[in-house]
Amino acid sequence: MAGSDLVMYEEEFKQIDEELSKLHEQANAKLTFVVDKNGQLITAVGETENLDTTSLASLTAGNIAATGGMAKLIGEKEFSILFHEGERDNIHISIISQRVILVVIFDQRSSLGLVRLRVKKSAEALSNIFNRILLKVEKEKGVKGETKSPFAEITEEDIDKLFS
Amino acid sequence: MSFINYSAREINCKIVYYGPGLGGKTTNLQYIYKKTSPDAKGKMISLATETERTLFFDFLPLALGMIRGFKTRFHLYTVPGQVFYDASRKLILKGVDGVVFVADSQVERMEANIESLDNLRTNLTEQGYNLDAISFCIQYNKRDLPNVVPVEEMNRVLNPKNVPWFEGVAKDGRGVFDTLKEVAKQVLMELKKTGR
Repeated sequence: MAGSDLVMYEEEFKQIDEELSKLHEQANAKLTFVVDKNGQLITAVGETENLDTTSLASLTAGNIAATGGMAKLIGEKEFSILFHEGERDNIHISIISQRVILVVIFDQRSSLGLVRLRVKKSAEALSNIFNRILLKVEKEKGVKGETKSPFAEITEEDIDKLFS
Repeated sequence: MSFINYSAREINCKIVYYGPGLGGKTTNLQYIYKKTSPDAKGKMISLATETERTLFFDFLPLALGMIRGFKTRFHLYTVPGQVFYDASRKLILKGVDGVVFVADSQVERMEANIESLDNLRTNLTEQGYNLDAISFCIQYNKRDLPNVVPVEEMNRVLNPKNVPWFEGVAKDGRGVFDTLKEVAKQVLMELKKTGR
């Protein structure tokens, strides 16, 4: 199977949330979130009430995938930063650890320069956290069988219930 | 590639609907969207051309309910079926957990079915997956049309491994939820097997 499943643990989740909150505040952003490259939203900080964050996450991943495809065609590894400028709001997208996507949405209360600077600082911290998660997942794989998994005991009945 | 969030007690899985152009992939998602209660679904996103042909993908997030205390979410995607969108199709297959192949039952589309299935196999291999090993089922769509190929013949040509298959009329919903349920079941059973 290609790659490994992304697993998020309580401890690292908190650390990501903290780092994201810090970035959100320092960059004076409207909404800050991280998405897995497959389009799964990991966590979001900021004005999420009237926003469809699930769709935003999926489209962000599609966007990164499409520009990544373009990059390969012209002989680049990836475009690690994307920036979309709107009339009111702007979106800054960057790839972290080649695995997750960090998105900052901001308006005139902030600026591209500030966002870029803060993102660069946070990227390193976030990158470290995600590397730790990967290590942890690998380690847990090694001791498979001993770890309690909520899915090891799924029955067909459980699945039937989902559709009833 | 499922995403298990122990912190939020959530599990997210990705299912991709694949198949030849105009075969009914988007129609499958539209029917699921129509028939799902508002609290279980998110917005359906369609990146389509002005003539409503899928340009990049359709996306429908579904929250099916709880399993062993975990919120179970499925993200359904379709690929653009038209041959020249191959680069986009490859991208959408990234991180897939289960695939539904929507075949067009009309006689004149058999060749397109075969070509699309070959293309699926190739693109999956490129991403490091094996079609014979991942969660997979087939829907023979458009069974209400007069010029359809008999199911036995479709199975012979498209389904030599005898994976689960369903007859469908996606526009009326026939077979749509059976297909989804089958692939979801396979994905969850796979999670059970891998022990996480």
